[in-house]
Amino acid sequence: MRSAASRLRCSLAAFALAWAGLCSASPDIEPLPVEEIAPGVHVHVGHQATWPGAQGDERAGDIANLGFVVGERCVAVIDTGGSPQLGQRLLAAVRRVSTRPVCYVINTHVHPDHTLGNAAFAALAPAPRFVGHARLKASLAARAPFYREALARDLGLATDDADIVYPDLEVADTLTLELGGRSLHLRAWPTAHTDNDLSVLDDASATLFAGDLLFVAHLPVIDGRLLGWLEVMDALARLDAARVVPGHGAPVADWSPALEAQRRYLSGVRDGIRSAIAAGRTITEAVEALANTGVDGWLLTEDFHRRNLTAAYAELEWED
Amino acid sequence: MNTLTSLLLAGALAASLGGPAHAQRSDPENPDANATWQQLRTTMFQARTIDTAADTIISLEAPERAQDAAIVPISIRTHVEQRPERFIERVYLMIDNNPSPVGAIFHFTPASGRADIETRVRVDAYTHVRAIAEMNTGELYMTTRFVKASGGCSAPPGKDMTAAMASLGKMRFRVEGEVEPGKPALAQLMISHPNNSGLVMDQLTRMYTPAHFVRRIQVSYAGQPVLSADVDFSISENPNFRFYFVPTGEGELKAEVIDTNALRFETAVEVDAGS
Repeated sequence: MRSAASRLRCSLAAFALAWAGLCSASPDIEPLPVEEIAPGVHVHVGHQATWPGAQGDERAGDIANLGFVVGERCVAVIDTGGSPQLGQRLLAAVRRVSTRPVCYVINTHVHPDHTLGNAAFAALAPAPRFVGHARLKASLAARAPFYREALARDLGLATDDADIVYPDLEVADTLTLELGGRSLHLRAWPTAHTDNDLSVLDDASATLFAGDLLFVAHLPVIDGRLLGWLEVMDALARLDAARVVPGHGAPVADWSPALEAQRRYLSGVRDGIRSAIAAGRTITEAVEALANTGVDGWLLTEDFHRRNLTAAYAELEWED
Repeated sequence: MNTLTSLLLAGALAASLGGPAHAQRSDPENPDANATWQQLRTTMFQARTIDTAADTIISLEAPERAQDAAIVPISIRTHVEQRPERFIERVYLMIDNNPSPVGAIFHFTPASGRADIETRVRVDAYTHVRAIAEMNTGELYMTTRFVKASGGCSAPPGKDMTAAMASLGKMRFRVEGEVEPGKPALAQLMISHPNNSGLVMDQLTRMYTPAHFVRRIQVSYAGQPVLSADVDFSISENPNFRFYFVPTGEGELKAEVIDTNALRFETAVEVDAGS
């Protein structure tokens, strides 16, 4: 893996200096397209699609927003993409911008489109710290076999144990990471989108990486606790951010309409399911009855709305 | 070792431990071909005939595509009146490609009224789901559905592991609708329990999270058994069952739940069916 990284540097050097002959044996790793949305803050916007996608589809695995922040001392990467290969392409994008070491790789939560590229960075020397919510490790351990099975089944990608990289720096509450000339403020949230959501605020640019606590255009997906998420959104709204990078969808400067749209959808699911439970409907009946409700204007509703209703029912039937 | 435990071991060995990476592949069009099923069939039913033209006895509702692989609603409906001379004595729920394919064995009596059951299961991989009715007279009837667990974000582990442990053992039990004597009444039992499979390995310590799941459920009405079930971790977190019993007048509907740590939980509801 060490050699993969040096091969990469070699091929980039070849690209820059047009010494093609020196490095002709190296694999070409195409850097992921990124945009500098604020000084030193680079974002790759993922496709609006489901993970893992289909073999041969250029969008496969590439659905989450990924980013990196360049400080005077080093670089922090925020989410790494839906496959080890995408992680390599993100690393190539980092190297195109900066030669400073990657000192932190932060995962905003467990989902595979945000974590499976970690392995590309584990190969670096010196190795970065992998940073996540205190509950990320347990969640990733429980889910990794399923993620690997999906990669094999749908993308034909074989992986091994080393491709799943766990956090070695855990955040139970808050943590500040110094990058040189700028700091990242990390905050671990109570169960919301998942039970291991972590947000990242860059103080120099006031850019908030919200992870999947905020979805733009992509239908929000409940994989934690619906009522908890609505509460977390109230706290999130009070953060002082000049722009927000959602987990999915375009980065936004004025983010209150995006937050409001998400609140409308999630509270609609809550209210619909509460009524169905009160009316004595079973989980199957409730999902059928609400299958077309509240989804106007969102993408990927066929993939996620019924799933959200199912999860919401299982949560809310225990309400007092 | 009880019957279910040995069946579970047989099934777990067949499917091999450690999650879906080793799961059998299933042909949706050919439910008989699955190797796990063939082995289970031999272990559990030997050479007995299993009638698959079962529509007049038992039917199974399950989503074609599991919306949330951790919570797949399963509804087993039966079309036989539970009379002492002829009734459905057992219903087997099997999920071929789960690490432990025998998800539940439900035991019914004439006092059940109907041998219907609704519950929610975890589905680890694309799989056939089977419901098999065994009559008190010995005949076997099987119905099958193919279920696709959808997408990678939808994985069987629970959504909030810490919260699940904190509320362990809490139960809700209720009878739904108007209750009339002699007429099957619908009851719902909800159990707050993480139902940990014991198959999740901590990749750093290489230790398995201990198995801890609901193992047995016994329900009686006025002292008479109406449902008992041997269940395992294919049942979703917070196990949930809807089933029937026949009220006769005043009586207590009582549920007893036992998990793999020998923790025992009880709940009861007074039923007044008038008279």
